[in-house]
Amino acid sequence: MSTYFTKDHEWLKIEGDIATVGITDFAQNQLGDVVYVELPESGKTVAQEDEVAVVESVKAASEVYAPIDGEIVEGNELLVDEPAKVNEAAESDAWFFKMKLGNAAQLEELMSEADYKAFVETL
Amino acid sequence: MADAADLLKTPLFDLHKELGAKMVPFAGYDMPVQYPLGVLKEHLFTRESAGLFDVSHMGQAWLVGPDHATTAAALETLVPSNMKELKPGKQRYTVLLNDNGCIIDDLMVSRPLAAEDDGRLMLVVNAACKENDYKIIAAALPDNVKLKIVEDRALIAIQGPKAAEVMALHAPEAAEMRFMEARPLEFDGISVIASRSGYTGEDGYEISIPAGAAEAIAKALLADERVEAIGLGARDSLRLEAGLCLYGHDIDENTTPVEGSITFCMQKRRKEAGDFPGGERVLKQLAEGTDTLRVGLKLEGRAPAREGAEIRAPGSEEIIGRVTSGGFAPTLGAPVAMGYVPSELAAIGTELELVVRGRALPAKVAEMPFVAQRYYRKPK
Repeated sequence: MSTYFTKDHEWLKIEGDIATVGITDFAQNQLGDVVYVELPESGKTVAQEDEVAVVESVKAASEVYAPIDGEIVEGNELLVDEPAKVNEAAESDAWFFKMKLGNAAQLEELMSEADYKAFVETL
Repeated sequence: MADAADLLKTPLFDLHKELGAKMVPFAGYDMPVQYPLGVLKEHLFTRESAGLFDVSHMGQAWLVGPDHATTAAALETLVPSNMKELKPGKQRYTVLLNDNGCIIDDLMVSRPLAAEDDGRLMLVVNAACKENDYKIIAAALPDNVKLKIVEDRALIAIQGPKAAEVMALHAPEAAEMRFMEARPLEFDGISVIASRSGYTGEDGYEISIPAGAAEAIAKALLADERVEAIGLGARDSLRLEAGLCLYGHDIDENTTPVEGSITFCMQKRRKEAGDFPGGERVLKQLAEGTDTLRVGLKLEGRAPAREGAEIRAPGSEEIIGRVTSGGFAPTLGAPVAMGYVPSELAAIGTELELVVRGRALPAKVAEMPFVAQRYYRKPK
C-alpha cells in the first residue's frame, strides 16, 4: 500500500485500483473545528482538481478536490454524523471518499510523505 | 492583503503572541482570530464561563461640550436615538445615518456618571469605520462641541456567565452595575472606564484601559481559570447567535434602521419628530413598512449558508434576498443565518430556501436572538 499527498493538502492511500482520500492533519489543523462535511455521491466520475467534497469549520467552507481522475465509489458516512472526527483522525478514520483510479499515471506527479512534509515547511 | 508590517498593533499584541494566537489582518490591525483552544471551544467556553476579548482596534472618542444638553443635541443631529435624556452612567446603542437614512456605522454612546464630566459623551465605533465616522462627526459639530479621539487606550471585553464574579474580584463596584450602565472603576488600583455590555449576548463588561496598563489587566483576568482568551472567530459566531448586526455585512450604507430591524435604537421622541438625517424616509418606512427586512434564518440539516448565499421562495428560481451573515452556531449545534427578505416573507416561520453550492437548502424565518441573551438587567 502506498500513500501520496497533494499540494491541496489531501492524502491518498492506494490499495489495488482503489484510492482512499482524505485531508491531511496539517489541513484539519488550519481549518479548525470541523462542523460539516459534504461528500460526493457514489458513481460520480470526476477529473483531477474537480471540487468533490466540502469541509466547513465554524469560520469558513473549504473545497476538497479530486486528487486524480476516477470514479467515486464511496463517501465516508461517519463524517456526516460526526464531522469533528476530521479533527481527531484526519489521516485515518476520517477519510472523505474512496475512488477508483482512472489514470494511475497521475500518481507519479503527487508527493511522497517526505516531500509533503518538506512542502508544508515552506508554507 | 496588507503586509503584516503595515498592520497596526493593539497594546495587547505581545500578549496575543505569547498566548499562541493565530493573527490575521482585520480592519488594518493585526488581530487574533483564534487561540490554541480553537474557535468552537472558545465560543462554548464563553457561553459556559467567561471569555476575554481584545477589541482595542475599535475607535474610542469623546464628544466634549459645555453641558450635556449641548453635546447631546449635537450628536442627535447625526443619530436617531434619544441622547438628551440619556442619564448619567447610562449607555445606549445607536447608528450614524446618512441623508438617505442609511447606516454609516453603529456605535455605543455612554454618558459619564460624574457631575464634573457633564457635557462629555464617550463613543465606541467600529474599527473599519472610525476614520470616516470621525470626519462626519467633526464636520457636524457646533463650535462649542469638540471631538477628541482617544489613541492611548486599549479596550477589552470580558463576557460570559462568570464574567461578573471574576470582575468583582478586581473591581468590586463592577457588581453594582446593570446592563448598559457605564462608570469609572478602580481595577486592582488602575483607573478604567467600564460598561456592562458587549457583543456576545452574555452578561459582561467592556473596559477602556490606559494602553500601558492593558496587559496587566488582561493577564490578571486570564490568570483566573474561569477566563480564556477569545479570538475574532468566536466573537463573530457569538454575536451571530445573539442576533447582533455586524456593520458592513448585516447593516450598511444601503440599509436603514427599519430595514435592518434595529428600530429599538430609535426612542419615541426621535421616531415622532424624524429630526435626524434621512428622517423623512425613515418615518415613512415606520408608518408604511419597507420592501425588505433583516430576519433570522434557521436551516434544516447541518450545512451552513454563509454570507452571500441567495435566498429564494420554495419552488421559485427568483432571487429574493441574500444571506448577510451565516454559519454554524456552536451553542445550538446547527447552522443559522441572517439576511434580507421581502417584508411579506419576513414573518416568523416563513419557509424559504438558501442556495449553497447550487443546492437549495430548506430554511425558516426564525426569531432572534438564536440563543437567549443573558444580560444583567434591573428587575422589573
